[in-house]
Amino acid sequence: MIEIRGLEKFYGSLQVLKGIDLDVPKGEVLSIVGASGSGKSTLLYCINALEAIQAGSVIVDGIDVHARGTDINALRQKLGMVFQQWNSFPHLTTLQNVALAPQIVKGKSRAESREIAARQLEHVGLGDKFDVYPSALSGGQQQRLAIARALAMEPEYMLFDEATSALDPELVGEVLDTMRLLAEEGMTMICVTHEMSFARDVSDRVAFFHQGVIEEIDTASEIFGSPKSEHLQKFLSKIR
Amino acid sequence: MEPTISFFFDFQLSDLWYLAEAAWRTLLISALSITIGTVLGVVFGWMLFEGRWAAALFLGPLLDVFRSVPLIIQLVLFYNFAPIIGLVLDPFLSGVVILSIYCAALVANVARGGMEAVGPSMRRAARSLGMSYWQDLRHVVLPIGTRAVFPSWVGVALGVMKDSALVSVLGYVELLKASQILITRTQEPLLILTIAGAFYFALSYPISRYAANLEKRWAS
Repeated sequence: MIEIRGLEKFYGSLQVLKGIDLDVPKGEVLSIVGASGSGKSTLLYCINALEAIQAGSVIVDGIDVHARGTDINALRQKLGMVFQQWNSFPHLTTLQNVALAPQIVKGKSRAESREIAARQLEHVGLGDKFDVYPSALSGGQQQRLAIARALAMEPEYMLFDEATSALDPELVGEVLDTMRLLAEEGMTMICVTHEMSFARDVSDRVAFFHQGVIEEIDTASEIFGSPKSEHLQKFLSKIR
Repeated sequence: MEPTISFFFDFQLSDLWYLAEAAWRTLLISALSITIGTVLGVVFGWMLFEGRWAAALFLGPLLDVFRSVPLIIQLVLFYNFAPIIGLVLDPFLSGVVILSIYCAALVANVARGGMEAVGPSMRRAARSLGMSYWQDLRHVVLPIGTRAVFPSWVGVALGVMKDSALVSVLGYVELLKASQILITRTQEPLLILTIAGAFYFALSYPISRYAANLEKRWAS
């Protein structure tokens, strides 16, 4: 369970998160939607401490993420993350990309790490690409590689930061399908997304961000069917 | 008839051997300096990259001095003034010290550029997998950065090798100094400089070939 209480985040004097309270129970798929710059991605970065916070707390399975003394590298193994830019390691083959972290972070043997990597690559549909370098993959394939790389650490949560925003339109589908697959398997997911159809079809709940606060959070059907706040109505009318 | 006394005698096979030995000394001083300089330079580059105030305030300007002052001046100053602080080094070691620092000053900026080339989002991805700062540096930043700036580094290395000729002013008999000695004796500068040039080429060419091969392999 991820528990966020009174979270505030500043970049200099600019406040990007203005007191976020949010619980994400195990097994839930939560989508976060909202205009660019509303603080959605920043929230994800605060959950796995890629960004420091100025007030409030983030508790993951009872561990205070931002507390002094928290082993953040251990905690991050629970929190897989997929970025807008897929950031595949260009000097490693697909298999090596996925096997690297299990080997050096978890200390698994080379053989075991490769086995895990092979399994995760099969999982995301890259079973025939073990020995190619990322430069030979399409954007969609690289993003699936990034998903496999995160899954190889056997995380309990997956954070998706606009995983499809940097992709060519025809490649979005394959990545969303992979995310759908994970959701069906019961993975706990927080997805910052601009894909409204994904948010509507896959999420248990949808949170609407507006200027650093969660303005509305509800089931997908409520958010899209009967939006209450004015900003959300305006946002949805622009999207459609 | 008595043979005329000659002050000069012709280039002989033994002279070629003499040059080869000198080329070996060029290789030795270059390899040592480039190795030490590269290791130091990567450390300095990392300090510049991390941008702590001490690095910005002291290290940057200091490296600028070594990059800007002509090597020959550095060599002569160091060789003649190091004994004042009790550091009595022979020409070879003096050359290694100065060439290493000079090389480090050049490599530092190359290394910093390499680390900067990796970009914060790549590093975030590495850290998000649970890698520590050092694991990220070792397994992600260094290999990617190295590939990005490897051609520049090769340029620095070849440059340092050629600049090692300047250590001849301290009396270290490397390739250039050996050539000068032979020219004085034989009065055949054209021949000897051509041979010396060929030796320099023979030392450089394998390195640039090897580098080109590596780059090709990395590009695939």
